[in-house]
Amino acid sequence: MSFLSEPIGLSHYLAVGAFLFVTGVVCMATKRNALGILMGIELVLNGAIVNFVGFACPYFRDENLGLDGHLIALFVIVLAAAEAAVALAIALNFYNNHATIDVDRADELKG
Amino acid sequence: MTPLLAATSEAAINWHTVMFYVIALCACGFAVIVALTNNIVRMAFALIVSLAATSGLLFLAGAYFVGAMQLMIYVGGTVVLLIFGVMLTAQKAFITMRTQAGDWILGLLVGGTLLAVLVQLVFLIPEWQSSNYQSTADAQLVAYAEELKSQRARGEEITAEQRRRLELMAVKASEGMPQRTGEIGLALIGVRADKIESEQTGLAGYLLPFEIVSVHLLVVLVGAAFLARAKRHHHGGDVS
Repeated sequence: MSFLSEPIGLSHYLAVGAFLFVTGVVCMATKRNALGILMGIELVLNGAIVNFVGFACPYFRDENLGLDGHLIALFVIVLAAAEAAVALAIALNFYNNHATIDVDRADELKG
Repeated sequence: MTPLLAATSEAAINWHTVMFYVIALCACGFAVIVALTNNIVRMAFALIVSLAATSGLLFLAGAYFVGAMQLMIYVGGTVVLLIFGVMLTAQKAFITMRTQAGDWILGLLVGGTLLAVLVQLVFLIPEWQSSNYQSTADAQLVAYAEELKSQRARGEEITAEQRRRLELMAVKASEGMPQRTGEIGLALIGVRADKIESEQTGLAGYLLPFEIVSVHLLVVLVGAAFLARAKRHHHGGDVS
């Protein structure tokens, strides 16, 4: 159990961020429900937030992002909220018009 | 007290590390559940737990304000919005929509490759692997305490300023993270409290992005209300 007694580094935070990102991408690629795709996007944005805060932490490195990392993470959270509102409105509109939220059926703009 | 602190800090279990592993396992495990389950209601619940655990990670990294905002805006706002969407569209056929096996295989293959590359890359750089913050702060504290002790042995009194510096170093060794909420608020209105004034050139703070994101939120909310409004069906002629 030697890994429990030594302090964690920036790598651990970046690994968690990478895992959340990849999980979100897989979720976006495999779901057929439009709301499931939205949840995948939320996971991807969370991976970005974890990375920014990890780089901003003064505990890990001496030359860190500092306050800039925290502020960019805040802007990412606000943008995620806005994106969820618009995408949910689009999904509900699609459901009203077509009585389905299957993204495979949303092929009216197919070239 | 301080040599005792330095002696025990090597062998004992680092509780910060243990908490990190527990919370990271929670976040990653529930994210996997979000990706793998077919039931949309269970996906929403697992997403809530995953996002809350992520805010725990942010607290562990010292980003207290960002962690609180993650809990309030994400878990309290965005996911509730998503759950409303799930409830409004939860017809029987859409609760569990199955994906074809070929899509699963392709997605997991590409995702696994990407994850392997990213994790290998993350652990490649040696100065990212472990933080020496605790050991250097402990060493500084012990060295300064020894210096003060020798000063006492020479018969000189310890001044109040030296005592205060010792206390500051003890605080740095015990927690280390500055409290940043006020600095974040000042940076949002364009004043950087954490930088020296001579280093600030041009747009130092975040006033312009703050204004842009405010107007953006307003436009987005108006647009969402416009898109999701109830449809009025006009049937020409049959209105009596």
